[in-house]
Amino acid sequence: MKQFLAILVARNKEYYRDKGSVAWAFLFPLLVIVACALAFSNPDTSVFRVGLHGDFSTGPASALLDQPYIKTVSFDRLDKALERTQHHQLDLLLSSDGGNRYWINTESSASAAVEQLLLGTTADFVRQEISGRKIRYVDWVIPGVLGMNLMFGALFGVGYVIVRYRHNGVLKRLQATPVTALQFLSAQMVSRLLIVVAVNGLIFAGCALFLDLIVLGNYINLLLITLAGALAMIALGLLIASRTANEELAGGLLNVTTWPMLFMSEVWFSLDDAPAWMQSLSNLMPLTHIVKAFRAVMIEGASLVDVSHHLLWLALMTATSLGLAALLFRWHKK
Amino acid sequence: MSSYGLSAASASRTPPPNDGNHSERAESRPAPLPQQPNLSLTMTYLLEVDHLRKHYGSLKAVDDVSFAIRPGICFGLLGPNGAGKTTTIEIIEGITAPTSGEIRYRGKPRDKSFAERCGIQFQATALQDFLTVREVLTLFANFYQHPLAIDELIDWCELGEFSDREANKLSGGQKQRLLLALALINDPEIVFLDEPTTGLDPQSRRHFWDLISAIKARGKTIVLTTHYMDEAELLCDELVIMDHGRIIDQGSPRQLLDKHLPHKRVCIAHPGNGFDASLLVGEVVAGEDELEIITISVEQTLQELMAQRADLSTLRVRNPTLEDLFIKLTGHLLRD
Repeated sequence: MKQFLAILVARNKEYYRDKGSVAWAFLFPLLVIVACALAFSNPDTSVFRVGLHGDFSTGPASALLDQPYIKTVSFDRLDKALERTQHHQLDLLLSSDGGNRYWINTESSASAAVEQLLLGTTADFVRQEISGRKIRYVDWVIPGVLGMNLMFGALFGVGYVIVRYRHNGVLKRLQATPVTALQFLSAQMVSRLLIVVAVNGLIFAGCALFLDLIVLGNYINLLLITLAGALAMIALGLLIASRTANEELAGGLLNVTTWPMLFMSEVWFSLDDAPAWMQSLSNLMPLTHIVKAFRAVMIEGASLVDVSHHLLWLALMTATSLGLAALLFRWHKK
Repeated sequence: MSSYGLSAASASRTPPPNDGNHSERAESRPAPLPQQPNLSLTMTYLLEVDHLRKHYGSLKAVDDVSFAIRPGICFGLLGPNGAGKTTTIEIIEGITAPTSGEIRYRGKPRDKSFAERCGIQFQATALQDFLTVREVLTLFANFYQHPLAIDELIDWCELGEFSDREANKLSGGQKQRLLLALALINDPEIVFLDEPTTGLDPQSRRHFWDLISAIKARGKTIVLTTHYMDEAELLCDELVIMDHGRIIDQGSPRQLLDKHLPHKRVCIAHPGNGFDASLLVGEVVAGEDELEIITISVEQTLQELMAQRADLSTLRVRNPTLEDLFIKLTGHLLRD
């Protein structure tokens, strides 16, 4: 325990004394959030988004749906489509399940406008109402940004440090002491976990303060998701850094790991309209589960049970990566 | 115990003489550390290396190396770069796995407790960034069950002037002293020093030698690899000479020199010195300005020169060095 604590304290000192890294860790996500808030403060209202639950390629509504100012999104599940309508992400929802029906959000002016367009085209649909606060893009994207920051902080924070230690001989020097690989690696994990959780917490607090974030769920659940996600990412970082002493190779491996996740884990945009194979691939990625769990708790007020499948997947990834990292770990370069 | 080629007589070799500065420093240094028990009274060898091999594919980095180290001495591994010194020492330290061979510490295979009992200074080591000298020492002290007090270690290795400075911003000599302090932090029985003075300026090297002598004076066993002849000659009680992964010979520096290079070289200005070189006993090599007389007896050569009334004002006697020995044994210079 003494060895573990000594390495933990030393690593934390190394981190907070490296002012460049600390500044970057806080500034980068804040800059991204501010940029997003500015960029999407005036969303384009020239297009109405209509959700389709069922086949509407023919029938009375097809004339409306063919209009250039209408963008359609198909849904297999009605509850998902209703959720989008409730959050103002759809202006109108059409369903052929159980007869022709349409839903509008009573708190949305766009819904009222597109309803008039529908009624001007056909009177075959039965009106349904739903209400809910508008989810701004910034509300939607911040869970993604938090997940992204967690990913970069954990993967690069652990991966680069260990590869650098191996490259310059710090690991070899530690190997010559009674310190075990388990003590060293667990201290690195805990240190990075503390750092990532603290940084994410501060960013979250800043966003909540300045951007009036929607948080419908429990804060404890958010903390648990942060811990589970950070552990999964740190374990992945340990796996990537388990053998190599080449910092350039490590940088390449880390970039190859992070960039696909950045684009395919719904950080910036939804994959609802993406091909099925891409959605399946996305579901293998830890960042997808972190972001979806964050979003479910923050925007939908999901409980821990609701996001338990995400947490289980993250736990499985943590165990697998840690096991492999322990198997492959090497103290020094050959 | 196994029988090895090192004579027990060399164990009592008097420590090498030091220059004035060294003596003064050694005498003025406080002695905060407890003296270790005289292990030589209770065991023959502290460490035994038996038929050690390390092969990387077809490359034999260490090829059937055997030696044994008695407690309390400074044992040297001498050889050029690539001779297999570092690989040998790192196998002993447990950093590298051998291809075959056996290593015994206190007569038994090493176990986990070996890390508590040995101190290690690698050839090149970086330390954690942004930590001060004192913080690095505190960090490493926490790795061991019975560490020395940090302040005593700072005094001993003369780190006081820069103990609050960032460890990775020290000069070469200062950093080597810190690394030595880390090697001593667990009050080890045996200390491995892998080319500790490589890259240091002459003053820093001499200062470091003083520290090594002080460690030895406290009863520690030192295993030193070096490719510096003067360092080995000054510090080592016993040594092995390695080349191409093999031990060429082993013994005390004096034994090795007497065995392989019994002749001395007497140099004297010539010509115009008034003596007939053909009357001298021994091989005479004529240089541009002086003659070099290779003799088994300096006294006899001097008597012959005096008998011929030669001018002895330019006379000097050159004793063979380990470098001469190495050239003789390997056919190439140590620095090659």
